[in-house]
Amino acid sequence: MKMAKIKINNIDLEVPYGTTILDAAKLVGIHIPTLCHLDLCDFGVVNKVASCRVCVVEVEKRNTLVPSCAEMVYDGMVIKTDSLKAISARRTNLELLLSNHPFECLTCMKNLDCELQSLAQELNIREIHATGKKMDHPIDTSSSAIVKDPNKCVMCRRCETMCNDVQTVGVLSGIDRGFNAVVGTAFHLEIIDTSCTYCGQCVAVCPTAALTERNDLPNVWRILSRERNHVVVQVAPAVRVAIGEMFGMEPGTISTGKIVTALRRLGFDAVFDTNFAADLTIMEEATELVHRIQHGGRLPMLTSCCPAWVKFFEHQFPDLLDIPSTCKSPQTMLGAIAKTYYAEKIKVPSHRVKVVSIMPCIAKKAESSRTELSKEEILNVDYVLSTREFGNMIKEAGIEFDKLPDSEFDSILGESTGAGAIFGTTGGVIEAAVRTASEMITGETLEKIDFESLRGLEGIREAEVQIGDLNLKIGIAHGLGNARKLLEAIQRGEANYHAIEIMACPGGCIGGGGQPYHHGDQNVIKKRQEAIYKIDRNMPRRKSHENKMVLKLYEDYLGEPYGKIAHELLHTCYTPGEKI
Amino acid sequence: MIKTNLNINDLDKNLLRDLDSYIESLEDPKGSLINVLHRAQMLFGYLPHNLQLYVSRKLDLNAAKVNGVVTFYSFFTEKKTGKYVVSVCMGTACYVKGSEKVLEKCLTLLDVEKNEITKDGLFSVKDVRCIGACGLAPVLSVGEKVYGHVSADMVEDILNKFRGDENDS
Repeated sequence: MKMAKIKINNIDLEVPYGTTILDAAKLVGIHIPTLCHLDLCDFGVVNKVASCRVCVVEVEKRNTLVPSCAEMVYDGMVIKTDSLKAISARRTNLELLLSNHPFECLTCMKNLDCELQSLAQELNIREIHATGKKMDHPIDTSSSAIVKDPNKCVMCRRCETMCNDVQTVGVLSGIDRGFNAVVGTAFHLEIIDTSCTYCGQCVAVCPTAALTERNDLPNVWRILSRERNHVVVQVAPAVRVAIGEMFGMEPGTISTGKIVTALRRLGFDAVFDTNFAADLTIMEEATELVHRIQHGGRLPMLTSCCPAWVKFFEHQFPDLLDIPSTCKSPQTMLGAIAKTYYAEKIKVPSHRVKVVSIMPCIAKKAESSRTELSKEEILNVDYVLSTREFGNMIKEAGIEFDKLPDSEFDSILGESTGAGAIFGTTGGVIEAAVRTASEMITGETLEKIDFESLRGLEGIREAEVQIGDLNLKIGIAHGLGNARKLLEAIQRGEANYHAIEIMACPGGCIGGGGQPYHHGDQNVIKKRQEAIYKIDRNMPRRKSHENKMVLKLYEDYLGEPYGKIAHELLHTCYTPGEKI
Repeated sequence: MIKTNLNINDLDKNLLRDLDSYIESLEDPKGSLINVLHRAQMLFGYLPHNLQLYVSRKLDLNAAKVNGVVTFYSFFTEKKTGKYVVSVCMGTACYVKGSEKVLEKCLTLLDVEKNEITKDGLFSVKDVRCIGACGLAPVLSVGEKVYGHVSADMVEDILNKFRGDENDS
């Protein structure tokens, strides 16, 4: 490897050619502020547009300052990151960005979690010398998931990179020029009229509040306050390994027990586990897969738990709507069961049972309002809170989360296995399905429950699993751009899989658009994944079909997996959409 | 936000056929967005949203990207223009030589706002950035024809010339 000898703030060091000044500075403990820069390279996400000019530094013998995030080192380079010239240029650049930014910090969704705000503090901005016109774009609240406020956009282009390069959804682009320039949709369409999947990855990377989730907290407080409601809450697998970050706990801390205690204190009448519904999903999905394999049905079968993925294939691949499994997602399965089986058990009319979901996801908000996910015009799920909104709710109620004792989920819809737990990570749903499908096909107990070949973080993975005489071929993709590659291979007739798992977000739900902000630190997502597998390892039962309460549900109410009642309650259909 | 016509079926079929054959003649259509938009604007006179959507589908590009390009370059217009488009250069050289007065005069004489079409459909006026003829500043163009060293007093004669062309034909 060719090395370059360089000097940063009088410190000598040697780094490989191709290293940016920013990365080289990190090696010797020098921090250079950044704003537009984003590097999650292990997840295939890098934004290096150098548009904000906040990271500029001085390079000897160069007339102009250079953006350290994009400038590569060369042998003999002498860099100053802390000169007055560099520091005042950064301050001026930030002041200019702030000069037309709305000063609504106190009431802003991102208050105290905003990278622009932190940067203003870090660079000691005490006065904004440039004053001028403020932007006056309409705020897009058309969808039930994402709110877009272009007036808070700093044109860092992270959302555009996510939407176009990583997810290949292509809804966002720089529109108009000069002062009116904004990252927006084609023809200034409202988000609801586009092929947005609501994956929320734009929200996950937006440094300001130009893109946020719809705030559903007021709705949840309201339904909780009505005595006549019986409010049921469910918690998705990826929430429990991330929520702690909002209370100063290490990423990857498992806080399942604390979550349950917090939800009870908040006044929910029953606290259920989406992992239970994940096990239920596997019973249906594995049965569907075995059915398709044994009866010459359409293969490959694609998973359907991820609502952003569902929206993606509806708009981008409307000719392939017969490939995905017809299974609803775990959150809507739990909602459907809560408003039928559970409502009957507790003798409450189903319209009085309200279902709230705590999800790492923004697309789940949009999913919950899809009218086909309902029974007799009552939606399966009433409101969805992101992990972040849930954290805010805990804070609002004055609950000291880190000091909470642990407690257990309520019974009936609260029991789960390790297979349900791993739904939160890429590779997890298909591993859970393989554990069950394998025993369904062979009738023998699995010797080895861990399928290491299905795990990891590569964008597209494939594996073969021997089940009796059958060599089951599996594909896995996370990130919608990777999903597109697999789908195109299927269209060309080149892909020869039995089953494919797809999750829209890089890393799967652990990297979901509703999770606590990672602020560009990909290790946060990795630690969440480790925690998910740890939960699985420590579970007494690790196969969905060994979930006693799921088996009881079939015995008491549903009958056979993939049977008539199951079809009515737990399966759905898809609608082709347009690409725009 | 606007509700806009995105119905591709409303576009003139004959003009679309011309556009299609142009696109088919290109070696790398996907990489030739700007050329395709030029041709589309030449054929249709402007780039309405449904035409942009048509181009995006035809070239397999995202509509947002196409719209981004159209709204970035001042040459492209999303609005219907007059038969003759009067472009007044507002680049630095033309501006300091008084092109603002030329623009004002055009708008007053034709009794329109910028980018608005005259009642007879003949003219619309727009300001453009540097057209690369700074030596002739201030510059005004009508359609393809470029006029240099223009003063406000000359505008009426120039416009009348095109009115005349219209009467001759």
